[in-house]
Amino acid sequence: MTALVIYLHVHQPFRVSPYSIFSVGYDHDYFDDSRSPVDQRNEIILKKVAEKSYIPANAMLLDLLQKHPDFKISLSITGTFIEQCRAWCPEVLTSFQRLVATGRVDIVAETYHHSLAFFYSRFEFEKQVMMHRDLIRDVFGVTPKVFRNTELAYNDQIGKWADEAGYRAVLAEGWDPVLQGKSSNYVYKPPNTERTKLLLKNYRLSDDIAFRFSNREWSEWPLTADKYHSWLPHGDEQVINLFMDYETFGEHQWSDTGIFEFFPELIDRINSDDHYCFKTVTQAAELPAMDEVPMESTVTWADAERDLSAWLGNPMQQESLEALYRLEYEVLSCQDQTIIDRWRLLQTSDHVYYMDIKHSSDGDVHAYFSPYGSPYDAFMYFMNAVRDIRWQLSEHQNRRNT
Amino acid sequence: MKVLMLGWELPPHNSGGLGVACYQLAEALAGHGAKIDFILPRKHPIHKSITFMNVHGLDNPAELSADAGLPIPKPVSESMFQAGAYDPFSSDIIIEHEAYTKQTLKFVNNQNYDVMHAHDWLTLGAAMEIKKLHNLPLIAHVHATEFDRAGGSTGHPLIHEIEQNGLLMADLVVAVSHRTKQHINEAYGIPLDKIVVMHNSIDLNDFTSYVDGGSYRYIQQRREEGYLIVTTMGRLTTQKGLEYFLRAAAKASQRLDKFVFVVGGDGELRNELLMQSAQLGIASQVVFTGFVRGKKWRDLYKESDIFVMSSVSEPFGLTALEAAAHDSALILTNQSGVSEVLDHALRYDFWDEDRLADQLINLASSQSLTPLLKKSAYEELRGLSWDSVARYCMDRYAHLTSGVSEVKV
Repeated sequence: MTALVIYLHVHQPFRVSPYSIFSVGYDHDYFDDSRSPVDQRNEIILKKVAEKSYIPANAMLLDLLQKHPDFKISLSITGTFIEQCRAWCPEVLTSFQRLVATGRVDIVAETYHHSLAFFYSRFEFEKQVMMHRDLIRDVFGVTPKVFRNTELAYNDQIGKWADEAGYRAVLAEGWDPVLQGKSSNYVYKPPNTERTKLLLKNYRLSDDIAFRFSNREWSEWPLTADKYHSWLPHGDEQVINLFMDYETFGEHQWSDTGIFEFFPELIDRINSDDHYCFKTVTQAAELPAMDEVPMESTVTWADAERDLSAWLGNPMQQESLEALYRLEYEVLSCQDQTIIDRWRLLQTSDHVYYMDIKHSSDGDVHAYFSPYGSPYDAFMYFMNAVRDIRWQLSEHQNRRNT
Repeated sequence: MKVLMLGWELPPHNSGGLGVACYQLAEALAGHGAKIDFILPRKHPIHKSITFMNVHGLDNPAELSADAGLPIPKPVSESMFQAGAYDPFSSDIIIEHEAYTKQTLKFVNNQNYDVMHAHDWLTLGAAMEIKKLHNLPLIAHVHATEFDRAGGSTGHPLIHEIEQNGLLMADLVVAVSHRTKQHINEAYGIPLDKIVVMHNSIDLNDFTSYVDGGSYRYIQQRREEGYLIVTTMGRLTTQKGLEYFLRAAAKASQRLDKFVFVVGGDGELRNELLMQSAQLGIASQVVFTGFVRGKKWRDLYKESDIFVMSSVSEPFGLTALEAAAHDSALILTNQSGVSEVLDHALRYDFWDEDRLADQLINLASSQSLTPLLKKSAYEELRGLSWDSVARYCMDRYAHLTSGVSEVKV
């Protein structure tokens, strides 16, 4: 039997609104929506995506869970998303709680702030993972046992860390060049670890739904449940890991593409095929590992390069995060929770993603999700915010001295 | 393809981007086989070295065998030219226009051309007369409208009339940007499908051999001390939006004493701008170079870190491309046509002083931003060439002369 492991990632960042140097020292709310054009406000975007995606997709998932007692799914839900729901769309959060209450929806561990902290500060990274664990316990009453790092950014050190932290598995991209002939349809383990497994995304089958589903240029368009079902491997594979953004449903693939009809049909087909079953990521982690898979360099699930270049590929992006993390010690010791919170919200990886200037079809994807006129604007607003934090820290210092 | 090209200036005899654009376009067209007669009000000795086309100056009736009884453009001495005292857009412009029209008409008699390409309103009077008499297909190339030159005020009514009539009569109108195309449509009622956009361009090869430097020791020294050199260049007129630029400069300087602002060029607003910089308390940070040509002009680009195009209304803005070719980071107003061909520039609305100041401060306080903008804009320039502009232009000529023009008047 081959297990379908469907995992969806739910996230919204607190976008920095057009924050000018003339606000530095005066106005410390970098995320204040009132400065942004209406359609780029965090609240408006959340409500729009809720209407297009979260609400109908959760209804679809709940329906499937009620209809098929064996259907299972896993979700990762960021802290920033939950904060936004609490503020602006509590009904969305309730609908997620309803899913988790079925007992067949797993929640995956990650950083609260959807950050790249692992690559800058192990201390801060662990703090954010703990914050996320506490929030998930609070909201859903469950404790995640499988870990994913932001953007599936994974390397051997993360595998090692997750093992020591007691996670049963880590999620990563099943990128051919690093698998060296191994198939992503088996369970592996990172090198030099005791217990942690590695679950690797089957990116072809995942991207058929997440990216290609509505593409009329694609030779396989239109994609039907029957066709997709026939593509699933049917040998001795342990797993088929379908990992994608939750917003695939209704936001990346709009409702009129037929995604909300396709997915339930597909689950019907798979459910009535004895060769397959559904597993959560935690259940998949119980399967025996076939082999070790080393990944020395960091692999992510983004762009053609599958590396961190979409976030850290150009000097603006590097400077931004270096400037932010350089303040870590001072921020954490300033004892002003508002400064600490805002410093953490600036760590969300989306901020540097908006600064990407790669000229490829990937670049278009970035532009589609960016709330700014240009990557340079994203950089300036962000750096002005960092300057304000620095300004506030000096003020704190001055007050302490006097 | 025999082309009658009507122009007002050519480098080095030019006051701005018009002459450069005409020269580069003509050269690239010649590369595609166009035989060009280029008519100028005045011919400079250096124009004799131009071999890819025939340049005719109307100030030499002997050369033209024109009618000496008609008004003749006044000759310009070399010393006036070098000092910048010669202004091809002088106050006698209406009279000059008249002379140009009559002399050109005389010149064109008995010549055979396939197409006529006229640059800006000054040549449109002649173009219209020639079209009436010889029924030559007319391309009216708009580098700037009278609205742009007036920079927000209404402009000269007679010039508006000549401009509008010329554009109405043209078989095809060429705009140097989408912005200008829109403007021509709205201001003069020219249908959009009669207007095509040909962005100005640049050939990086023209700039690679440049090794001068040393004209501005003071600026160089400040630069070595870590100051950021912020340059703007052009005629000092309302159109260029320099009042806003100076106010932004003052705001940025109040926050961060790390800038030298260089205003290159001369014009009617010079004294006001000098006074304004003093009132703003930044007179010592602002360098007015006056009118510059040749080496001093190139050195100004070379000594700049950041080039600002502050125009209130700029149909294109060739200087921005030249600055990028000299390795400057660019800040452009959203009201500049050049904005349409470059992604890698910072942008602001000409009136938004806070935003420009913000951008300047960010450039000065970031290690990565200025180098990245320079490099990325330079990379973009590699994708531009006058050759591809000329190829498109030849194609338009062919359409007009074959009588199967897609563009019906």
